[in-house]
Amino acid sequence: MEMEETEILAKLKNKFPQQVKETFISLGMEVAVIDKEALFEVMSFLKEKPQDYAMLLDLTCVDYLGEEPRFEMVYHLFSLSSNRRLRIKARVSEKEPRIASLTPLWRNANWLEREVYDLFGIEFVGHPDLRRIFMYDGFEGHPLRKDYPLRLRQPRIKFRK
Amino acid sequence: MEGRFFLTTLNEILSWGRKYSLFQYPFVTACCGMEYMAAACAHFDIDRFGAGWTRFSPRQADMLLVVGTVTQKLAPVLKTVYDQMTEPKWVIAFGTCAVSGGIYDNYAVVQGIDQIIPVDVYIPGCPPRPETVLDGLIKLQEKIKNQEQEWRWKRRKF
Repeated sequence: MEMEETEILAKLKNKFPQQVKETFISLGMEVAVIDKEALFEVMSFLKEKPQDYAMLLDLTCVDYLGEEPRFEMVYHLFSLSSNRRLRIKARVSEKEPRIASLTPLWRNANWLEREVYDLFGIEFVGHPDLRRIFMYDGFEGHPLRKDYPLRLRQPRIKFRK
Repeated sequence: MEGRFFLTTLNEILSWGRKYSLFQYPFVTACCGMEYMAAACAHFDIDRFGAGWTRFSPRQADMLLVVGTVTQKLAPVLKTVYDQMTEPKWVIAFGTCAVSGGIYDNYAVVQGIDQIIPVDVYIPGCPPRPETVLDGLIKLQEKIKNQEQEWRWKRRKF
């Protein structure tokens, strides 16, 4: 079972020797850290048969303030045919918070990427409709960034007092 | 003097009538809604206090129950609902979130609905027990009873 689990990681490393930086198993889940430039390529490969990771379970971002590159995109994939999960991570820098959009591969990436754009300010290249999804028009900044002021309020209407 | 005597009596009749026929508009946004349902249904039965008739239109309601968390995004909606209600109207902040923002001291949540609309009674609790809700309602009835009532032919102060 252990061997089988790492099969996909070995396959990934074999196919993308330069782009896959690190692979490991974290709490029973296969993880691959890749170069962000190769994201779309790697994801297309994983979605294809026989890998068949047909489902994008989740897509989110982590802000490691103080580290460089600062942000880390996290993608969770699921293969319906083999009942297995896979986590793909890619670091994104603060200076150039840009990464390829996965909307052409998975339609649900559309809203998930809008969420990350809204709360972390990561720009998704190739996204068809990149605008805020949670916060309202006129909201400034990205509230889930660690350097967003804790007590900063941006009311939409005038308060009574 | 005779006129004054008449006015205070009318005031009492009006306040008596109004405190026992509070048509409510529940503005339910979060988990407190469950507790509101418990208070409104047969077991605790808010109808015993004359506030049983739920109107799902603010224009027909007297009492606005703000039940749950109000976000900054939702604030204009709440303000519009309040403005749509006809006088006389009262507002109850139901639960800690509506009272003060509760545990959500963050970028998204209004820290108490009294920043947007005037509030008559605050019901604490996360969520408040139905008994607390009924207690809040009785407090509002007391307040209405002692309030100076407005009516159509009366000159407005503001």
